[in-house]
Amino acid sequence: MRYMPHTAEERQAMLEKIGVASVDDLFVDIPEDARLSGLLDLPKHAPEMDVDAKMLAYGAQNLSPSSAPSFLGAGAYRHHVPSVVDHLIQRSEFLTAYTPYQPEISQGTLQALFEFQSQVALITGMDVANASMYDGATACAEAVLMACRATRRKKAILSGNLHPHYREVTETTVQFTDFGVESLSPSVDGVEDLAAGLGKDIACVVVQNPDFFGRLQDLSDLADKCHEVGALLVVVVTEVVSLGAMRSPGHMGADIVVGEGQSIGVPLSYGGPYVGLFATRQKYVRQMPGRLCGETVDQDGTRGFVLTLSTREQHIRREKATSNICTNAGLCSLAFSIHMSLLGEVGFSKLAKLNHGEAVAAADKISAIEGIDVLNDTFFNEFTVKLPIPAAIAVEQLASKGILGGVPVSRLLPDTAEFENLLLVTVTETNSDADVDQLVAALEEIANAK
Amino acid sequence: MLNNVGRPTRPGAASTNGDAENTYTGNRALNLETPLIFEQGVKGRVGVDMREPKDVKSRMGGLERETDVGLPDLSEPQVLRHYVRLSRQNYSIDAGFYPLGSCTMKHNPRINEKAARMKGLGDIHPMQPVSTVQGALELIDDLAHWLKTITGMPAVAMSPAAGAHGELCGVMAIRAAHDAKGEARTRILVPESAHGTNPATAALCGYKVESVPADANGRMDMVAFEAKLGPDVAGVMLTNPNTCGLFENDVKKIADLIHGVGGYFYCDGANLNAILGRTRPGDLGVDAMHINLHKTFSTPHGGGGPGSGPVVLSEALAPYAPVPYVAKGDAGYFLQEYVEEGANQSFGRMKTFHGQMGMFIRALAYMLSHGADGLRQIAEDAVLNANYIRVGLNDLLNSPFDGVCMHEALFDDSTLKDTGVTTLDISKAMIDEGYHPMTMYFPLVVHGAMLIEPTESETKETLDMFIGSMRHLIEKAQTSNNADFFTQAPKFAPRKRLDETAAARSPILRWSAPEEA
Repeated sequence: MRYMPHTAEERQAMLEKIGVASVDDLFVDIPEDARLSGLLDLPKHAPEMDVDAKMLAYGAQNLSPSSAPSFLGAGAYRHHVPSVVDHLIQRSEFLTAYTPYQPEISQGTLQALFEFQSQVALITGMDVANASMYDGATACAEAVLMACRATRRKKAILSGNLHPHYREVTETTVQFTDFGVESLSPSVDGVEDLAAGLGKDIACVVVQNPDFFGRLQDLSDLADKCHEVGALLVVVVTEVVSLGAMRSPGHMGADIVVGEGQSIGVPLSYGGPYVGLFATRQKYVRQMPGRLCGETVDQDGTRGFVLTLSTREQHIRREKATSNICTNAGLCSLAFSIHMSLLGEVGFSKLAKLNHGEAVAAADKISAIEGIDVLNDTFFNEFTVKLPIPAAIAVEQLASKGILGGVPVSRLLPDTAEFENLLLVTVTETNSDADVDQLVAALEEIANAK
Repeated sequence: MLNNVGRPTRPGAASTNGDAENTYTGNRALNLETPLIFEQGVKGRVGVDMREPKDVKSRMGGLERETDVGLPDLSEPQVLRHYVRLSRQNYSIDAGFYPLGSCTMKHNPRINEKAARMKGLGDIHPMQPVSTVQGALELIDDLAHWLKTITGMPAVAMSPAAGAHGELCGVMAIRAAHDAKGEARTRILVPESAHGTNPATAALCGYKVESVPADANGRMDMVAFEAKLGPDVAGVMLTNPNTCGLFENDVKKIADLIHGVGGYFYCDGANLNAILGRTRPGDLGVDAMHINLHKTFSTPHGGGGPGSGPVVLSEALAPYAPVPYVAKGDAGYFLQEYVEEGANQSFGRMKTFHGQMGMFIRALAYMLSHGADGLRQIAEDAVLNANYIRVGLNDLLNSPFDGVCMHEALFDDSTLKDTGVTTLDISKAMIDEGYHPMTMYFPLVVHGAMLIEPTESETKETLDMFIGSMRHLIEKAQTSNNADFFTQAPKFAPRKRLDETAAARSPILRWSAPEEA
C-alpha cells in the first residue's frame, strides 16, 4: 500500500525490538470477544487511478454551476476565486500543518490569522474579530450564547427574516441551555417590529442585513433602542461581498457581527467547509468564543504572533469554557484572507459594485416579464421574485433546461402558502449578460405557460 | 491537543546573539521575513482585474458605504510572495515528523485534494435541486456506508463540522432521547483524562459534569465510576483508546453499567486510528461516537481546520439525529431537510448546510485507496510504531503506565526532576532538531506529560532517527549544567520563544492604522 512504508522484514524487526511475537500481542487490551479476526466487509485497497475514476464518476452525475447559468444564493454564493488562492492554500506548509500550538514554527499560520482577524474587523466595522468559526449559522448561535453571557440575560429575539437555517441552528444550540430565543415570523415585505419585544430581560436582537429576502435596512435606530435597554445588537451577514458597498454593521451600531465568509475565496463545495466570521467590540473580547491570535514579541524582542486569551477556552476551562469549540476554519480563513488581500480596498469595493450592477440589470429584465414581479424595493445582489407557479416546480423546469435558476423560498420555509411561488435569485460577477438572457427567456416561457 | 496548566508562558532572558549575527534586511538566506500585509499596500495597485460595473441606479436605499474600509492595495505577485514567505515559517507534516499526540498527523494524499476540486464536486451549490446533485448524495451515502461498516454502528449523522461539534451532536442526541422518555437526568460522567471539549460539550447540553479519576493503570477508575452511577446519570463520555494512549479494557463492562442505569455511552472517537479493522465500537456497546475525518481519514489539518466530525449512532439514538440527512426514495436520493413529525424525532439542525462535503470527498478517496486491508494495516502500523518509540525511550523516560500502548506513547517528566529542564524545554529543543514537538502537558493526569503519536505514515528510519535525537536530548538534560542550552531553545526557528503572558495581558488582536494607534 503506497501510503505505508514498512516491509514485512521491518515489521518483524520492530516486533522483536518491542519484545512481542506478533502484532496481535499489541491489541491484547481489546476484549477477546470484540476482536475482529477477518477483514471488514468492504472492498480491498485501490490504485490511485481507480480512485480518480470513481470520484470523477460521482462528479459527472451532478449539474455543475461552472457549466450552467447559475443564480443560486440563500447563504452560499458563487464568485470568481483568483488562481493564486487555491495554489497558496495547497502549499504543504499551510495545508499540512496543525493548529499553531508551537508558535516558533507556526508564524506563517499565526501571522495569516492575525491579518485575517484584522480584515474581518475592518470590513464589519468592529474592533476585533476571532480566527473564524465553522460557518455563518454556528457563528450566529455562538453570538447569541455570548450575548447572554455578556449581559447576564437569558433571552434573544431573532428577526423573522434571519436565514431560516441560522434560526434553526441557533434554536438547536440553545435548546438545552438556560437561554431561550423568540423568533418572529418571516415577512417578505420586511415589516417587523423588533423593538416591540425589547426590555431589560433581552440579551440581544439578531437581525440579518441584507435579510433573507435580499432587502437592506438601516439598523441604526434598532441599535439605539437595543442599547437603551442594555441589549446587544447582533447583525448577521450571509453575503460578505455586500460589505464592499454597504455601510458596515459597526457603523450602524452593531455590538456583534457574524457572517458567512464563503463568498471570498472559498468554493461552494456543496455547502462546506465554509468560514464563519465573528467580530465584536473591544469591551467584549474576553466573552468571545473561538480561537484568537495576538501580537507579542519573542526573546530577542522581534515581533511575533501567538494564540492568546486561551483561558476562555475548553482545554483550560473545561465545563466553564465560553464555548466547546476547539478549531477554527483554518484553511478557509486563509483562503478568505488571501482573496481579500488580492482585492484590496479598490478591488473589494469594485467587486461589490459589479455585483450590484449585474443584479440591478437582471432584476429590471425579470420584472419586465408579464406575470412575474420582483418584490424588493432594496437589494444588493439577491432579490425575491414572485412567479405565477410554485417556485419548487419552476426550478425543476429550469434545471431541465440546464439553468440553475434560483432557490425556492419554500425549500427553507416550507408549508407556507404565501411563500410557495417565491424564488430567490442571485446575480454575481460570474453571470454574463447571456446567462441572464437565458434565465429571462426561460422565465417568460413559465409565465406564458400559465 | 494543548494544555497550558503548569506551563511557563513567558520566555527567559534574551539570548546572546550579537549584532554580528544580524543582517541588514532581517532575513537570513532562505529564512525570509515579510511585514504585515497592511504594511505593504500602495494606493493605486490592484491584485484582481475585473470588468467595469454596470452604470445603474443604486437599489441600496441610501445605505451605500461612504468611507474606506481600510484594506491595503497590492499587486498579485506581491500577495503571492507574501504568503509564500509566510508559509515558509510553518512546520508541516509534508516537511517532517510531526508526532503530536492525540492529533494523528498522518500523510495527506494529494489525490484527495484533486478529487475535492473536481467539477461537479467542488463547485456545486448546496441549494441546487436534488435532482441535479444525485452524484453528490450518492457519495455522501457511500461514505456513510464505510463509516457504519468500520464502526459496526447502524446510523451516522454527517453534518457536524468538527470533533467538538460531533460531541455536541452525540450528547444532544442523548439529551433528546432522555427528554423523549420524559426523564430529566442531570449528570454526565467524564474521566479526568478527557479532552477539554468533553466537559464543555456536556455543559452546553445542560448537564452537570462529574469527573471520574484514572486508576493506577491509566484507565478510568471502575470503583469510582460505579460509585457515581445512579438514575440521574444521563451518560458517560469515554475516549477509547483513551488520551493516555491505552485501550480501556473494561469498556464492555462500562457499557453494561451505564446501560444498566438507563444512561448512554458516548465514545470520543479521536483515537479511532488505533483500532481500525481490529475492533468495532458497535461491538463494545457504544451509543454515539464522533469520527474526526481530519485525524483518522487524513483530511488535512490546514493549520487548525476545517475539520469534519460525523457521528455514528446506535438504534436507540438514531431517531434523534440532526437534519439534514441523505435518504433514498423511489426517485433516487433525497435530503430530509426538516424536523418533521412522523418522519423523524430529530433534535434540530447543527450547520448552515449539509456538512463538510469537501472533507467527505477527501475521506472517501482515502478509504477507497486503503480498502478493508489497508484500514487494518493502518491500525497495526500506527500501534507498532508507537510501541517501537515506547521501548526505544523507556529506559530514559518514565512510562507512567505498564504494558503495551495503542497508537501513542506517553511519558512523564519524572526522569527530568531536578535537572532544571522541563517538558516545555525538551519540546523547544526538539524544534531545533527539526521536529514538531509531541503533545505536551496533556493528558492532565500525568505530570509534565509527553504524548508521542507517530502514525502509520513514518518509516523505520525516521523513527530510529527520532529515538536517537530524543535520547540525545534527554541524556543532555540529565547531565548537569545544560539547563541554559534548553531554556534558550529554539535557536534556529524563525522566532525565539514568544511572550505569551504579555500577549494575554494587553491583547493586540488586529492591525490598526498608524494614525489610530
